[in-house]
Amino acid sequence: MIPNLFRTEYRKIVSVLCKRFGFGQIEIAEDIASDTFLVAAQTWSMQGIPQNPIAWLYNVAKNKAKNYLQRDKTFEKKIAPELKTNERGETEIEIDLSPQNINDSQLQMMFTICHPAISPEAQIGLSLRILCGFGITEIADAFLTNKETINKRLFRAKEKLRDEKISIEIPAPSEIDKRLETVLTTIYLLFNEGYYSVSQNQTIRKDLCFEAMRLCYMLVENKYTNKPQVNALLSLMCFHASRFDARINKNGETVLYEDQDTNLWNSDLVSKGGYFLNCAASGDKLSKYHLEAAIAYWNTQKTDTQEKWEAVLQLHNRLLQIEYSPIAALNRTYALSKANGKREAIKEAEKLNLADNHFYFTLLGELYTNIDNYKAKQHFQRALSLAKTEADKQTIQKKIDKL
Amino acid sequence: MRHEDGTKIASPEQIQVWMKQTMDWIGGIAAQNKFSSGTGLLFDDARVVRSTKVVTNGPFGEIKETIGGFIVVKADSVEEAVEFAKGCPVLQGEGNTMEVRRIAKNDGTH
Repeated sequence: MIPNLFRTEYRKIVSVLCKRFGFGQIEIAEDIASDTFLVAAQTWSMQGIPQNPIAWLYNVAKNKAKNYLQRDKTFEKKIAPELKTNERGETEIEIDLSPQNINDSQLQMMFTICHPAISPEAQIGLSLRILCGFGITEIADAFLTNKETINKRLFRAKEKLRDEKISIEIPAPSEIDKRLETVLTTIYLLFNEGYYSVSQNQTIRKDLCFEAMRLCYMLVENKYTNKPQVNALLSLMCFHASRFDARINKNGETVLYEDQDTNLWNSDLVSKGGYFLNCAASGDKLSKYHLEAAIAYWNTQKTDTQEKWEAVLQLHNRLLQIEYSPIAALNRTYALSKANGKREAIKEAEKLNLADNHFYFTLLGELYTNIDNYKAKQHFQRALSLAKTEADKQTIQKKIDKL
Repeated sequence: MRHEDGTKIASPEQIQVWMKQTMDWIGGIAAQNKFSSGTGLLFDDARVVRSTKVVTNGPFGEIKETIGGFIVVKADSVEEAVEFAKGCPVLQGEGNTMEVRRIAKNDGTH
């Protein structure tokens, strides 16, 4: 009971209190939220769980926050006068834990945490802690590191945001597209952290993906941030997540796309992806998320058709013009082989300067398979020597064995 | 890219084919992380303004091939840029040309 509530309510309490106190006091907001759960654990174990546990938690948090505001003399002198004038002379201390304010505070917090002043890693760490209510141990597990490292990272990130005096607010309309870019990047990184994570912990990996989708959904639900590129990212994540149960088998091994049991694909998420892709089709700006979502859509169509691969190829052609990435270059070349034939794709593949990338040699191996199996084997072996994870090595070995 | 107005000499289907070839050509350059920018230039509404301030409907008639588009690439050398140019589908048309030029640095040194 309490762990679940912690996951969903901790972040709300922290966001509201932090918004109220200012980012400078984030640790106090976190302490009050943690204390609230401590009191809950103690009280509930003796008196039983109250009828409305969430209201109970909010009440305790509110009282603690009020006590803090009243007690702290420095705060009274320095910040409270400002707060009072901000709130049109209201003198009574109120902590607003209404659904509307909870939602607004979380959204504003998202922009504060996903600020370009701190590194993407720190943004993800803070997002997990403050926006998703993850425990330090869980974050450490997701990053394959220890609690101490995560604590340090979060501490430094908070310090930096404090020093930079980043305010907790939704950016002005003129700035929103630019700031959204960082927020979306962080959300997508968070998703990928779960989707491609090296962590063996399946539950955490799934949680990371669904938390990223939840954050993105919050942006879609808000009229200021409900932009085409936000819908495109959500669509993209829905399409990817639809294969979650099919891409890993019972032993925790990766199941390649072509070997996946399509019955395990989540059709609900596929249709959600389609819905948000439709919502994304407005405005005059084509973002990389639009292109990636469209590619992801085609990936939900398992049948090999000329139409599919031609579309996937053209989408990659455009995606690469917006933003180059080695993985997009490799996927483009694969699509090229399907749309225009292997020989053309081999020529193009050999121009890619990706000699340190095991996926590159896996691709060359694939392309040479049935054209020149000797060369194919050489490339697969090169890929094997470059692969780092056990799962990747197994996958490549299987391809060699099939030759 | 210097070429004729495709719509004057080919069917819409043929133009579709050229379009795909062009997109694949650009995609190939982009896949090497060498694409910078570029665009096609429309033949409709083209105008030429002469020194006499006389305005005519495009340079067509006098010159068969005119600028149909451009692409800016991140080439390490002129030779590399020439290799990219050789792949351009425009060159399938006899008389069409690709002109390779360096971009001025705009700092007075070129």
